[in-house]
Amino acid sequence: MSNVLIVGELKNGELKKISKEITSAGRKIADALGGKVTALLIGSGVEKFAGDLGAVGADSVVTVNAGDFNAETWANLVAGVIKEKNPSVVLVPHTSQGKDYSPRVAVKVGAGIIADAVGLSVDGGKVVAKKPIYSGKAYGNFKVTSPIAIFTVRPNSQEVVQKAGAGAAEAASPSAGDAKVKIVSSDLSGGNKVQLAEASIIVSGGRGIKGPENWPILQGLADILGAALGASRAAVDAGWISHSHQVGQTGKTVSPNCYIACGISGAIQHLAGMGSSKYIVAINKDGDAPIFKVATYGVVGDLFEVVPALTDEFKKVLG
Amino acid sequence: MKIIVLVKQVPDTETNIKVGDKSINEAGIKWIISPYDEFAIEEGLRLREKNGGEVIAVSLGPDRVQESLRQAYAMGADRAVQIKVDNYVPFDTVLTAELIANFAKAENADIIIGGRQSIDSDSSQVVIQVAEGLGIAHISFAVSLEISGTSVKATKEVEGGTQVVETSLPVAITAQKGLNEPRYPNLKGLMAAKKKPIETKTPADLGNPASKIEVVGLEPPPPRIPGRKLEAADAKGYAEQLVKALREEAKVI
Repeated sequence: MSNVLIVGELKNGELKKISKEITSAGRKIADALGGKVTALLIGSGVEKFAGDLGAVGADSVVTVNAGDFNAETWANLVAGVIKEKNPSVVLVPHTSQGKDYSPRVAVKVGAGIIADAVGLSVDGGKVVAKKPIYSGKAYGNFKVTSPIAIFTVRPNSQEVVQKAGAGAAEAASPSAGDAKVKIVSSDLSGGNKVQLAEASIIVSGGRGIKGPENWPILQGLADILGAALGASRAAVDAGWISHSHQVGQTGKTVSPNCYIACGISGAIQHLAGMGSSKYIVAINKDGDAPIFKVATYGVVGDLFEVVPALTDEFKKVLG
Repeated sequence: MKIIVLVKQVPDTETNIKVGDKSINEAGIKWIISPYDEFAIEEGLRLREKNGGEVIAVSLGPDRVQESLRQAYAMGADRAVQIKVDNYVPFDTVLTAELIANFAKAENADIIIGGRQSIDSDSSQVVIQVAEGLGIAHISFAVSLEISGTSVKATKEVEGGTQVVETSLPVAITAQKGLNEPRYPNLKGLMAAKKKPIETKTPADLGNPASKIEVVGLEPPPPRIPGRKLEAADAKGYAEQLVKALREEAKVI
């Protein structure tokens, strides 16, 4: 039996889309290997999401009642459930939380781990994970040879497929242990905005936006589209916006369905962070800018005219 | 205070990558220290300057990594150690972490610090695995760090903002952009670094851990959806075409 465990993630008490993405991916793997899918949800009141995960392929949902996220206690909880359920494949979101606890889980259960997988297939009874390497300039395919294989999975890389599993919820209470790191305070003032690393649409600005006073032009478009606001390194280094918005090699790696680059020239370090976006729209005055080499749709024009016109047009069709 | 900084050597971002069967073709590659590890080295040096102690730069790989270790020397590291693995697989995080953890244990290190990820494998795994292997605390994505005595206070980036956290030594840290501005080695430092000794350890010295992954193969990136430049008379024309393309052709909005 090759069972699959997926570890879901919540934000502000709501199930994140990545949780459904990896449940569906886990279902496909379990079907190929002839096993069951168990979804694990950690938090308070998480039982209510069992049906949501059942609808996309979870046979059962294990719930663990816990307080706020802490990487060390989460690692203990996840490892505890792995030891109890003994899955051969574990899927974890490649999110800031997933990146924080998954390394500890791998060591605790003696598992090999491949991080940031964008493709998962089965070959000879083993999962093959595909991931971008060398800043997206190559892709690698990897198997894990230990009895338990852990994969962290990039948000937006897996399709959500409606496929009914039983979704029966059962509570578990593995030991959370003590955490050596204490959280003193949190400033989550950016928390209600759409998160860059998991957004399916991103509107991003670069040097071409000319100054911080012009972000509202891009934010207007982002709001209509439910998109996250991104920025190039040039805009961040100029002090126009905080580093948390930066996309690229020294910022966030993103894989949205649609990346709208406004006034971004497309330095190789920026392409390293957004090159795997499915559709790329580039709006730039300079028709020779490198961003046009990767753009699906290129507009050689003034963003201060094109972006507001685009916002108006989307308002018409979406509003 | 004994500080271990992790130095991963990676291909320069601007380098063209030619894919071989199970690894890249290294001919013509310019190697650099992974950019986030430069923040780690800098932070190690600042901690030593404030608290005393020594900074040990550690790099895994074949002999070419000595070049990166010399750069760490030029920046100000006190010792440099190569964990000599000639056929090093940069994606094998568990094996890497076990070697480093065993080294750190033998050194009785107080602080292990590395970049938040390396730019070849983008895994964000090794430093935290080292922490788990040693049974010590970790702080990931650190954007500020204060250590006095054995108490550690840091600000870390989390989804949607930042958190202030506290712990005590020993600790493992992953460095995020914003933690500091790495210094440039000066000519004198570069000249002196050439003469400094590089210690060598082998996997046999460090417990001979087993790999838990298999490289099935490398391939070039998938082809992009072919692109085109739109033609329109004015901004409104572009907007209409873009909305149509994104909704009817790409079906993403």
